Amino acid sequence: MLRYLVPLGLFLVLVVFLAIGLGRDPHVIPSALINKAAPTFRLPQLKDPAKTFSAEDMRGKVWILNVWASWCVACRDEHPWLFEYARSGAVPIYGLNYKDQREDALAWLGELGDPYVLSAVDLDGRVAIDYGVYGAPESYVIDQNGTIRLKHVGPLTPDIWSQKVLPLVQDLNRQGVTK
Amino acid sequence: MSDSRLLPLLFLCFFSLFAVTANAQPTADDAALEQRLNRLSQELRCLQCQNQTLADSPAGLAEDLRREIRAQMKAGKSDKEIIAFLTERYGQFILYRPRVTGVTYLLWFGPFALLLGGLTLLFRYIKQRRDSISEQPLTAEDRRRAEEMLAPSGKETA
Repeated sequence: MLRYLVPLGLFLVLVVFLAIGLGRDPHVIPSALINKAAPTFRLPQLKDPAKTFSAEDMRGKVWILNVWASWCVACRDEHPWLFEYARSGAVPIYGLNYKDQREDALAWLGELGDPYVLSAVDLDGRVAIDYGVYGAPESYVIDQNGTIRLKHVGPLTPDIWSQKVLPLVQDLNRQGVTK
Repeated sequence: MSDSRLLPLLFLCFFSLFAVTANAQPTADDAALEQRLNRLSQELRCLQCQNQTLADSPAGLAEDLRREIRAQMKAGKSDKEIIAFLTERYGQFILYRPRVTGVTYLLWFGPFALLLGGLTLLFRYIKQRRDSISEQPLTAEDRRRAEEMLAPSGKETA
Protein backbone atom coordinates (compact mmCIF):
# COMPACT_ATOMS: atom_id res chain seq x y z
CA MET A 1 0.00 0.00 0.00
CA LEU A 2 2.76 2.41 1.03
CA ARG A 3 4.61 1.92 -2.22
CA TYR A 4 1.64 3.39 -4.07
CA LEU A 5 0.82 6.10 -1.53
CA VAL A 6 4.30 7.64 -1.43
CA PRO A 7 4.53 8.41 -5.18
CA LEU A 8 0.91 9.56 -5.14
CA GLY A 9 1.66 11.89 -2.24
CA LEU A 10 4.73 13.28 -4.01
CA PHE A 11 2.70 13.74 -7.15
CA LEU A 12 0.02 15.68 -5.26
CA VAL A 13 2.68 17.94 -3.72
CA LEU A 14 4.00 18.59 -7.22
CA VAL A 15 0.48 19.36 -8.47
CA VAL A 16 -0.05 21.87 -5.67
CA PHE A 17 3.26 23.60 -6.42
CA LEU A 18 2.52 23.76 -10.14
CA ALA A 19 -1.01 25.02 -9.52
CA ILE A 20 0.32 27.84 -7.33
CA GLY A 21 2.97 28.57 -9.94
CA LEU A 22 0.40 28.77 -12.71
CA GLY A 23 -1.81 31.07 -10.69
CA ARG A 24 0.93 33.61 -10.13
CA ASP A 25 1.63 36.38 -12.57
CA PRO A 26 5.36 36.31 -13.31
CA HIS A 27 5.21 39.94 -14.37
CA VAL A 28 4.37 41.08 -10.88
CA ILE A 29 7.68 41.61 -9.15
CA PRO A 30 7.57 42.29 -5.42
CA SER A 31 8.68 45.83 -4.82
CA ALA A 32 11.86 46.46 -2.89
CA LEU A 33 10.59 49.90 -1.92
CA ILE A 34 7.73 49.02 0.43
CA ASN A 35 8.19 50.82 3.75
CA LYS A 36 11.10 52.79 2.33
CA ALA A 37 11.16 56.52 1.81
CA ALA A 38 9.64 57.57 -1.49
CA PRO A 39 12.48 58.82 -3.69
CA THR A 40 12.53 62.59 -3.93
CA PHE A 41 12.13 64.35 -7.24
CA ARG A 42 11.25 67.73 -8.61
CA LEU A 43 9.67 67.66 -12.03
CA PRO A 44 7.80 70.14 -14.23
CA GLN A 45 4.03 69.87 -14.24
CA LEU A 46 2.33 68.65 -17.36
CA LYS A 47 -0.26 71.40 -17.72
CA ASP A 48 1.96 74.21 -16.48
CA PRO A 49 5.63 73.44 -17.23
CA ALA A 50 6.72 76.61 -15.45
CA LYS A 51 5.60 75.05 -12.15
CA THR A 52 7.17 72.02 -10.59
CA PHE A 53 5.92 69.23 -8.41
CA SER A 54 7.89 67.39 -5.77
CA ALA A 55 7.14 64.42 -3.56
CA GLU A 56 8.22 66.73 -0.72
CA ASP A 57 5.21 68.96 -1.40
CA MET A 58 2.99 66.12 -0.20
CA ARG A 59 4.47 65.79 3.29
CA GLY A 60 1.77 65.32 5.87
CA LYS A 61 -0.70 63.88 3.40
CA VAL A 62 -1.56 60.40 2.23
CA TRP A 63 -1.49 60.40 -1.55
CA ILE A 64 -1.27 58.19 -4.58
CA LEU A 65 1.30 58.48 -7.32
CA ASN A 66 -0.03 56.90 -10.49
CA VAL A 67 2.42 56.26 -13.33
CA TRP A 68 0.78 56.67 -16.72
CA ALA A 69 1.50 57.37 -20.36
CA SER A 70 -0.55 58.03 -23.46
CA TRP A 71 1.16 55.08 -25.20
CA CYS A 72 0.15 52.73 -22.39
CA VAL A 73 -2.82 50.56 -23.33
CA ALA A 74 -3.65 49.35 -19.82
CA CYS A 75 -3.70 52.98 -18.60
CA ARG A 76 -6.67 53.54 -20.88
CA ASP A 77 -8.52 50.70 -19.13
CA GLU A 78 -7.65 52.11 -15.75
CA HIS A 79 -8.57 55.69 -16.57
CA PRO A 80 -12.36 55.65 -15.99
CA TRP A 81 -11.87 54.00 -12.61
CA LEU A 82 -9.38 56.68 -11.54
CA PHE A 83 -12.16 59.19 -12.05
CA GLU A 84 -14.36 57.34 -9.63
CA TYR A 85 -11.61 57.04 -7.04
CA ALA A 86 -10.77 60.75 -7.41
CA ARG A 87 -14.43 61.71 -7.15
CA SER A 88 -14.81 59.72 -3.93
CA GLY A 89 -12.36 62.15 -2.36
CA ALA A 90 -10.72 59.39 -0.35
CA VAL A 91 -7.21 60.28 -1.40
CA PRO A 92 -5.62 62.71 -3.87
CA ILE A 93 -4.22 61.06 -6.99
CA TYR A 94 -1.18 62.58 -8.64
CA GLY A 95 0.07 61.46 -12.02
CA LEU A 96 3.58 60.72 -13.17
CA ASN A 97 3.57 61.04 -16.91
CA TYR A 98 6.14 58.46 -17.91
CA LYS A 99 8.27 58.85 -21.05
CA ASP A 100 5.60 60.61 -23.02
CA GLN A 101 5.39 63.48 -25.47
CA ARG A 102 3.78 66.51 -23.88
CA GLU A 103 1.37 66.98 -26.81
CA ASP A 104 0.34 63.30 -26.71
CA ALA A 105 -0.18 63.39 -22.97
CA LEU A 106 -2.25 66.58 -23.11
CA ALA A 107 -4.30 65.21 -26.00
CA TRP A 108 -4.93 62.01 -24.04
CA LEU A 109 -6.17 63.94 -21.00
CA GLY A 110 -8.21 66.17 -23.33
CA GLU A 111 -9.90 63.18 -24.86
CA LEU A 112 -10.48 61.07 -21.76
CA GLY A 113 -10.55 63.72 -19.06
CA ASP A 114 -8.08 64.41 -16.26
CA PRO A 115 -8.62 62.61 -12.95
CA TYR A 116 -5.32 63.82 -11.49
CA VAL A 117 -4.78 66.74 -9.16
CA LEU A 118 -1.81 67.31 -11.41
CA SER A 119 0.68 65.28 -13.41
CA ALA A 120 4.44 65.59 -13.24
CA VAL A 121 6.44 65.01 -16.41
CA ASP A 122 9.14 62.33 -16.29
CA LEU A 123 10.35 62.74 -19.84
CA ASP A 124 13.40 60.46 -19.76
CA GLY A 125 12.05 58.00 -17.18
CA ARG A 126 14.81 58.84 -14.69
CA VAL A 127 12.44 59.33 -11.74
CA ALA A 128 10.58 56.16 -12.72
CA ILE A 129 13.85 54.22 -12.36
CA ASP A 130 14.16 55.59 -8.81
CA TYR A 131 10.69 54.28 -8.11
CA GLY A 132 11.45 50.88 -9.63
CA VAL A 133 8.87 51.32 -12.36
CA TYR A 134 9.06 48.66 -15.03
CA GLY A 135 5.79 49.19 -16.84
CA ALA A 136 2.81 51.47 -16.74
CA PRO A 137 0.38 51.77 -15.07
CA GLU A 138 1.86 51.49 -11.61
CA SER A 139 0.52 53.08 -8.46
CA TYR A 140 2.13 53.94 -5.16
CA VAL A 141 0.42 54.78 -1.90
CA ILE A 142 2.66 57.18 0.02
CA ASP A 143 1.96 58.11 3.61
CA GLN A 144 2.28 61.34 5.60
CA ASN A 145 5.97 60.72 6.30
CA GLY A 146 6.78 60.17 2.66
CA THR A 147 7.04 56.40 3.03
CA ILE A 148 5.85 54.08 0.29
CA ARG A 149 3.23 51.81 1.82
CA LEU A 150 1.88 50.00 -1.21
CA LYS A 151 2.86 49.45 -4.78
CA HIS A 152 0.47 48.09 -7.32
CA VAL A 153 1.61 47.06 -10.78
CA GLY A 154 -1.07 47.15 -13.45
CA PRO A 155 -4.44 48.87 -13.52
CA LEU A 156 -6.01 49.81 -10.19
CA THR A 157 -9.16 47.76 -10.62
CA PRO A 158 -12.19 48.35 -8.38
CA ASP A 159 -11.35 45.08 -6.58
CA ILE A 160 -7.81 46.17 -5.78
CA TRP A 161 -9.10 49.59 -4.82
CA SER A 162 -11.73 48.41 -2.38
CA GLN A 163 -9.71 45.54 -0.93
CA LYS A 164 -6.21 46.94 -0.69
CA VAL A 165 -5.89 50.63 -1.44
CA LEU A 166 -8.92 52.12 0.27
CA PRO A 167 -8.54 50.22 3.60
CA LEU A 168 -4.86 51.19 3.72
CA VAL A 169 -5.58 54.85 2.96
CA GLN A 170 -8.31 54.99 5.60
CA ASP A 171 -6.06 53.29 8.09
CA LEU A 172 -3.21 55.72 7.42
CA ASN A 173 -5.50 58.72 7.70
CA ARG A 174 -6.87 57.43 10.97
CA GLN A 175 -3.40 57.01 12.41
CA GLY A 176 -2.50 60.54 11.41
CA VAL A 177 1.05 61.81 11.25
CA THR A 178 3.36 59.66 13.30
CA LYS A 179 6.85 60.94 13.60
CA MET B 1 26.52 25.47 -54.71
CA SER B 2 26.13 27.20 -58.07
CA ASP B 3 27.39 30.71 -58.70
CA SER B 4 23.90 32.12 -59.06
CA ARG B 5 23.12 31.09 -55.50
CA LEU B 6 26.46 32.00 -54.05
CA LEU B 7 26.32 35.60 -55.18
CA PRO B 8 23.30 36.74 -53.11
CA LEU B 9 24.80 34.95 -50.13
CA LEU B 10 28.05 36.86 -50.46
CA PHE B 11 25.98 39.97 -50.82
CA LEU B 12 24.24 39.30 -47.56
CA CYS B 13 27.46 38.53 -45.73
CA PHE B 14 28.94 41.74 -47.01
CA PHE B 15 26.04 43.94 -45.99
CA SER B 16 25.57 42.32 -42.63
CA LEU B 17 28.90 43.90 -41.69
CA PHE B 18 27.22 47.27 -41.98
CA ALA B 19 24.37 46.09 -39.80
CA VAL B 20 26.82 45.25 -37.04
CA THR B 21 28.63 48.55 -37.24
CA ALA B 22 25.34 50.45 -37.32
CA ASN B 23 24.19 48.84 -34.11
CA ALA B 24 27.16 49.29 -31.86
CA GLN B 25 29.27 52.36 -32.29
CA PRO B 26 31.31 52.91 -29.17
CA THR B 27 33.83 55.67 -29.61
CA ALA B 28 37.44 54.80 -28.98
CA ASP B 29 37.81 56.38 -25.56
CA ASP B 30 34.74 54.84 -23.92
CA ALA B 31 35.18 51.43 -25.53
CA ALA B 32 36.42 50.16 -22.19
CA LEU B 33 33.40 51.62 -20.45
CA GLU B 34 31.03 50.08 -22.99
CA GLN B 35 32.72 46.75 -22.43
CA ARG B 36 32.29 47.10 -18.71
CA LEU B 37 28.64 48.11 -19.20
CA ASN B 38 28.12 45.10 -21.40
CA ARG B 39 29.71 42.73 -18.91
CA LEU B 40 27.64 44.10 -16.04
CA SER B 41 24.37 44.13 -17.95
CA GLN B 42 24.86 40.46 -18.85
CA GLU B 43 24.33 39.83 -15.14
CA LEU B 44 21.12 41.82 -14.99
CA ARG B 45 17.62 40.88 -15.97
CA CYS B 46 15.44 43.03 -18.15
CA LEU B 47 12.24 43.61 -16.21
CA GLN B 48 10.05 43.91 -19.25
CA CYS B 49 11.14 40.80 -21.13
CA GLN B 50 12.17 38.75 -18.17
CA ASN B 51 14.16 36.04 -19.87
CA GLN B 52 16.52 38.44 -21.50
CA THR B 53 19.51 40.14 -19.98
CA LEU B 54 19.70 43.88 -19.81
CA ALA B 55 22.46 43.66 -22.41
CA ASP B 56 20.31 41.81 -24.97
CA SER B 57 16.96 43.45 -24.44
CA PRO B 58 15.68 46.01 -26.90
CA ALA B 59 12.96 47.17 -24.47
CA GLY B 60 12.70 50.86 -23.66
CA LEU B 61 13.29 50.36 -19.96
CA ALA B 62 16.41 48.27 -20.64
CA GLU B 63 17.72 51.11 -22.79
CA ASP B 64 17.01 53.59 -19.96
CA LEU B 65 18.70 51.38 -17.39
CA ARG B 66 21.76 50.91 -19.59
CA ARG B 67 21.94 54.68 -19.94
CA GLU B 68 21.64 55.06 -16.18
CA ILE B 69 24.37 52.48 -15.57
CA ARG B 70 26.59 54.18 -18.13
CA ALA B 71 26.08 57.52 -16.40
CA GLN B 72 26.91 56.02 -13.02
CA MET B 73 30.02 54.35 -14.41
CA LYS B 74 31.16 57.66 -15.82
CA ALA B 75 30.59 59.18 -12.39
CA GLY B 76 33.07 56.64 -11.04
CA LYS B 77 30.67 54.25 -9.31
CA SER B 78 31.85 50.68 -8.83
CA ASP B 79 29.92 47.68 -10.19
CA LYS B 80 28.96 46.83 -6.64
CA GLU B 81 27.51 50.27 -6.01
CA ILE B 82 25.55 50.14 -9.25
CA ILE B 83 24.12 46.72 -8.41
CA ALA B 84 23.17 48.02 -4.97
CA PHE B 85 21.45 50.97 -6.64
CA LEU B 86 19.43 48.66 -8.88
CA THR B 87 18.48 46.07 -6.25
CA GLU B 88 17.30 48.87 -3.95
CA ARG B 89 14.77 49.78 -6.60
CA TYR B 90 13.95 46.56 -8.40
CA GLY B 91 14.80 43.95 -5.79
CA GLN B 92 16.96 40.87 -6.27
CA PHE B 93 14.81 39.90 -9.20
CA ILE B 94 16.98 42.04 -11.42
CA LEU B 95 19.99 39.84 -10.65
CA TYR B 96 20.36 36.77 -12.80
CA ARG B 97 22.37 35.24 -9.98
CA PRO B 98 20.53 36.09 -6.77
CA ARG B 99 22.66 36.55 -3.70
CA VAL B 100 22.91 33.73 -1.21
CA THR B 101 20.66 34.83 1.63
CA GLY B 102 18.22 33.07 3.95
CA VAL B 103 15.47 33.50 1.38
CA THR B 104 17.48 32.06 -1.48
CA TYR B 105 19.00 29.07 0.33
CA LEU B 106 16.37 26.78 -1.15
CA LEU B 107 17.01 28.20 -4.61
CA TRP B 108 20.76 27.73 -4.42
CA PHE B 109 21.01 24.49 -2.48
CA GLY B 110 17.62 22.88 -3.16
CA PRO B 111 18.76 21.11 -6.34
CA PHE B 112 21.81 19.66 -4.57
CA ALA B 113 19.64 18.50 -1.66
CA LEU B 114 17.29 16.85 -4.13
CA LEU B 115 20.21 15.17 -5.90
CA LEU B 116 21.61 13.91 -2.61
CA GLY B 117 18.21 12.65 -1.52
CA GLY B 118 17.68 10.91 -4.85
CA LEU B 119 21.12 9.24 -4.72
CA THR B 120 20.49 8.06 -1.15
CA LEU B 121 17.17 6.53 -2.14
CA LEU B 122 18.75 4.90 -5.20
CA PHE B 123 21.60 3.33 -3.22
CA ARG B 124 19.26 2.11 -0.54
CA TYR B 125 17.04 0.56 -3.18
CA ILE B 126 19.95 -1.14 -4.94
CA LYS B 127 21.33 -2.47 -1.66
CA GLN B 128 17.93 -3.75 -0.57
CA ARG B 129 17.46 -5.49 -3.90
CA ARG B 130 20.86 -7.07 -3.76
CA ASP B 131 20.18 -8.36 -0.23
CA SER B 132 16.79 -9.77 -1.15
CA ILE B 133 18.17 -11.87 -4.02
CA SER B 134 19.97 -14.75 -2.32
CA GLU B 135 22.49 -16.76 -4.28
CA GLN B 136 21.46 -20.27 -5.19
CA PRO B 137 24.31 -22.59 -6.18
CA LEU B 138 23.65 -24.73 -9.27
CA THR B 139 22.92 -28.37 -8.74
CA ALA B 140 24.61 -31.01 -10.90
CA GLU B 141 21.36 -31.42 -12.80
CA ASP B 142 21.17 -27.65 -13.54
CA ARG B 143 24.72 -27.65 -14.78
CA ARG B 144 24.09 -30.58 -17.12
CA ARG B 145 21.02 -28.87 -18.57
CA ALA B 146 22.85 -25.58 -19.06
CA GLU B 147 25.65 -27.31 -20.90
CA GLU B 148 23.16 -29.10 -23.07
CA MET B 149 21.56 -25.79 -24.01
CA LEU B 150 24.88 -24.05 -24.66
CA ALA B 151 26.26 -26.82 -26.79
CA PRO B 152 26.07 -26.22 -30.57
CA SER B 153 23.18 -28.33 -31.82
CA GLY B 154 24.01 -31.54 -33.63
CA LYS B 155 27.72 -31.31 -32.94
CA GLU B 156 29.97 -32.75 -30.28
CA THR B 157 31.34 -30.37 -27.66
CA ALA B 158 35.05 -29.85 -27.89
